[in-house]
Amino acid sequence: MSKASDTPKVANLNDLLSVAYQVEIDAVDRYNVLADQMETHNNPELVKVFRDLARAEGIHGEEIRRLAGDFDVAARAREIAKFGRADSPEEVDLGAAHYMMTPWHALQLSLAGEKRALAYFTSIVETAKDPKVKALAAELVEEEAEHVNLVHRLLLRYPKPSDTWADDMDPPVSQE
Amino acid sequence: MTMAASPSISIAVVGSGGSGALTTGNSLLETACAAGWHGLLTRTLGPQIRGGEAAALIRLAAHPVECLPDQFDLLIGIDWLNAHRFGAEIKVGPQSLVISDPRGGEPPPMVAQSGARVVEIPMKDMAKSIPDGRPNMIALGIASRLLGFTAELVFAPIEKKLADKGPAAIEASRAAINVGFGAAATVEFDRHLAEPRPSTARRWLLSGNEAVALGAIRGGVRFAAAYPITPATEILEWLAPNLVKVGGVLLQAEDELAAINMIIGSSFGGTPSITATSGPGLSLMIEALGLATASEIPIVVVDVMRGGPSTGIPTKSEQTDLNIAIYGMHGDAPHLVLAPQSVSDCLFTTQWATYLAESLQAPAIVLSDQFMGQARVAIERPADVAFIGQRCTATEITGDYKRYAMTADGVSPMSIPGKRGGQYTADGLTHSERGLPTSGATDHLAQLDKRRDKLDGFNFGDHWASVEGTGEFAILTWGSLTSAAREAIERAAVDGIDVRLVAPRLLLPTLPEQLTAALKGVKRILVIEQTHGGQFHKYLRAHYDLPGSVRALNRPGPLPITAGEIHRAIADWRS
Amino acid sequence: MNAPLACKPADYKSEIKPIWCPGCGDYHVLMSFTRAFAQLGLPPEQIAVISGIGCSSRIPAYTNCYGFHGVHGRSLALAAGLKVTRPDLTVVVASGDGDGYSIGGNHFLHACRRNIDMTYVVMDNHIYGMTKGQPSPTTEPEFDTALSPGGTGVRPFHPLVVALASGANFIARCFSGEVNETADVLAEAIRHPGFSFVEILSPCVTFRPDEKNWKDQVHPASVGATADQGKAARRLMTDDGFNIGILYRGGRTPYRPAVAATNIDLSELEKDFEL
Repeated sequence: MSKASDTPKVANLNDLLSVAYQVEIDAVDRYNVLADQMETHNNPELVKVFRDLARAEGIHGEEIRRLAGDFDVAARAREIAKFGRADSPEEVDLGAAHYMMTPWHALQLSLAGEKRALAYFTSIVETAKDPKVKALAAELVEEEAEHVNLVHRLLLRYPKPSDTWADDMDPPVSQE
Repeated sequence: MTMAASPSISIAVVGSGGSGALTTGNSLLETACAAGWHGLLTRTLGPQIRGGEAAALIRLAAHPVECLPDQFDLLIGIDWLNAHRFGAEIKVGPQSLVISDPRGGEPPPMVAQSGARVVEIPMKDMAKSIPDGRPNMIALGIASRLLGFTAELVFAPIEKKLADKGPAAIEASRAAINVGFGAAATVEFDRHLAEPRPSTARRWLLSGNEAVALGAIRGGVRFAAAYPITPATEILEWLAPNLVKVGGVLLQAEDELAAINMIIGSSFGGTPSITATSGPGLSLMIEALGLATASEIPIVVVDVMRGGPSTGIPTKSEQTDLNIAIYGMHGDAPHLVLAPQSVSDCLFTTQWATYLAESLQAPAIVLSDQFMGQARVAIERPADVAFIGQRCTATEITGDYKRYAMTADGVSPMSIPGKRGGQYTADGLTHSERGLPTSGATDHLAQLDKRRDKLDGFNFGDHWASVEGTGEFAILTWGSLTSAAREAIERAAVDGIDVRLVAPRLLLPTLPEQLTAALKGVKRILVIEQTHGGQFHKYLRAHYDLPGSVRALNRPGPLPITAGEIHRAIADWRS
Repeated sequence: MNAPLACKPADYKSEIKPIWCPGCGDYHVLMSFTRAFAQLGLPPEQIAVISGIGCSSRIPAYTNCYGFHGVHGRSLALAAGLKVTRPDLTVVVASGDGDGYSIGGNHFLHACRRNIDMTYVVMDNHIYGMTKGQPSPTTEPEFDTALSPGGTGVRPFHPLVVALASGANFIARCFSGEVNETADVLAEAIRHPGFSFVEILSPCVTFRPDEKNWKDQVHPASVGATADQGKAARRLMTDDGFNIGILYRGGRTPYRPAVAATNIDLSELEKDFEL
């Protein structure tokens, strides 16, 4: 989104872990919403893509939670992980979904999310005063960069579909 | 003067342009009822809001009466301006006495043609002789004297009515009543009311609309949504202050669509709820009645029927909303339709309707009519009945709550908002047991069956109909005509004709077995209704097997079908 | 309220999967609903979500609250009956531009006027979606549809101005794509006493793919909410339709039905009739 948006203020390591955790959890929710949509609209290939993405983000979230030890990242995230007008970085744009979308589209969404996350953690590296925060943020940047690369690699397998990907010979159905 | 004691005497008071004819009529009714007689008053009116021609039609009796007479014994015309418009509703005959003010115009032709004796009394001029005197109080004095009431007896209700106008107004009325009393001294009127039967029963004077409102509250109603319409508004106006007294609420709606949706909302929240309307309003409410049926939300809708279709005759009675009440909804939509049979029955039937709606989680339409609704009648206080709405609610919720669960009686425990774990979405879409939208054949059929069976399987007891007598001749009627039919049957009995009365109070669901039993042994059936198209007759033909031969006596409003007419129809068919 | 129950948005979501088209703005609105409820810490069973007919009106069953999916256009009336008899409940009404502004237009005026404490959310996509793309009261006059070839030529309805003129006590415009912002506005609308009106621009990707551009057109309101009706009227009349935020915050006392001091015995009522 092009609008100015708030980003959470990260004061210490636990704050950063909490925000990072929330970013992953938000992504899980969003991918699951998309997977549900694809289920309702009979696009099984995309159900699998979105469920896989949700699962991957969930694993990342769990890793971050473990990193935090006994600290309750979920509770802290509720307090500080607020992105104002914007979505959290890895919440992909639901408005871009389409019932006939292809894996290429899903990966484009994912790519945009990973890039936003990369940009967000980069901004922390650049602004953090606490060296520990800076160091963890740098790790997260590395991780997100790897995700971006991963998506790029996956995209090699799923080339851009032809312009007719959304053609539906049937008319929409009138309800209610 | 020979004075025969009559079991009932009927008086019509006619006037226009603010003459106060209705006040005269009401005062006569209140005087008689306070002194122990019974009585009934209805009005017939012109189309004006103020200053229109009006007639008060009063029937006083030594016994309870709930229908109009065949003709009037005494007709007082304070003036006759435009009285011909409803002349047909005020029948007089050679035995009738007509008091006419020579300055009030000519009596309508049907008075002249009736052979009634006309006595002229200059009521307007007499009133002028008294400071602030009014001709309607002169008329009240005349009527009181002719009926044999003492002047003191008449003063009481007038003093009550004028209490806040001050002593001068009361004095002016007293003086006028006295002048009228004197003016009637030389008029011969060979009837007087038989002494009322001594009774210790507590008695009420009320209208059917008021009785409906009280019945609703007794049945448990604590919310009403109101949109004004003639002739139902009095129900809502009585509920407005009285619901509050019992912890309830009335909300004025922006239209009838809102009114019915408001009561669906309040009932969804757990509050037994009602609205009242007439034909045009019922037409607007039909879609939401279907919603209440499908989502199984109990509500009560009272329709005080008036002449239709369209705007029709708002101030006059008809029984022509039967079809829309029974068949109005789209889809298969089993619901309750009930009809009170008299003013006092308005109380019982509305209370019972509330009880049934709540018990069966279904909408109930109560078909009253303008005649009952706006008639004021002295009745013995109806006994308290135990029908108080008891909704089956979900108290113990474990696991997945199923709002529309299949149960033995078809009634599913209803979770009321606030109840944890009982959250569901009420829906007008075809739904599953859980309330989730579905378009599948299995769920559709299952829920249709459930909603039908919960009504059909319910034990409605003896209240479903008035079944009286054992004759081979039966009258099948409904609603306010039941009282006229009952009186006709009494007269036929004097002739030695034994006539059975069968009048269903419950019109939907239909109870074929009960009606068959009620008509056992009957060879002739006279179907009586106040419609042009024979709606009740066709309803009976569609849902019941009628034994023997059947004749119909039906006529649209506004002319009432009288006991005399029904009596004649019985006698004619016998001979 | 400090969210004492630590409710999560997921606690307000039912297991039912929406039938909305992928890409529909209403998915976002559902998220904003659940986030607002969580923010307020309201027990789900204390919330009633009431709707009529249309895509937006499918929302009650997607929440884990009490819901009513009623007939077309009458949700505000149904909600009024519920709220006056159950003031303890939080009542949220969900509607769309067809349901709310066309068939339900009259109820909209009177709900604003009546000012019962409830929140009215209209998901406005400027089209009838459920019936395949007919013009609604907010459709642009030149928008071509099967039912209006060449456009309706009719001036669109201005819901916020109508709400202000009719007496709504809180008026906001949101964009569905801004889930958190919308959740915050909804939470504030629910907290604000009286009738709160929140119009959410929610794109219809199937019949109005052009509305995907809304995300680039919306912009935060340049000034905060006013309590001055005159100022609000000028702002609402002259804004570009994409001004997002709380635009009016009134101070009218909400409607409260008369309540008797004492609950009398029913036999008291009979005294009216006694002879």
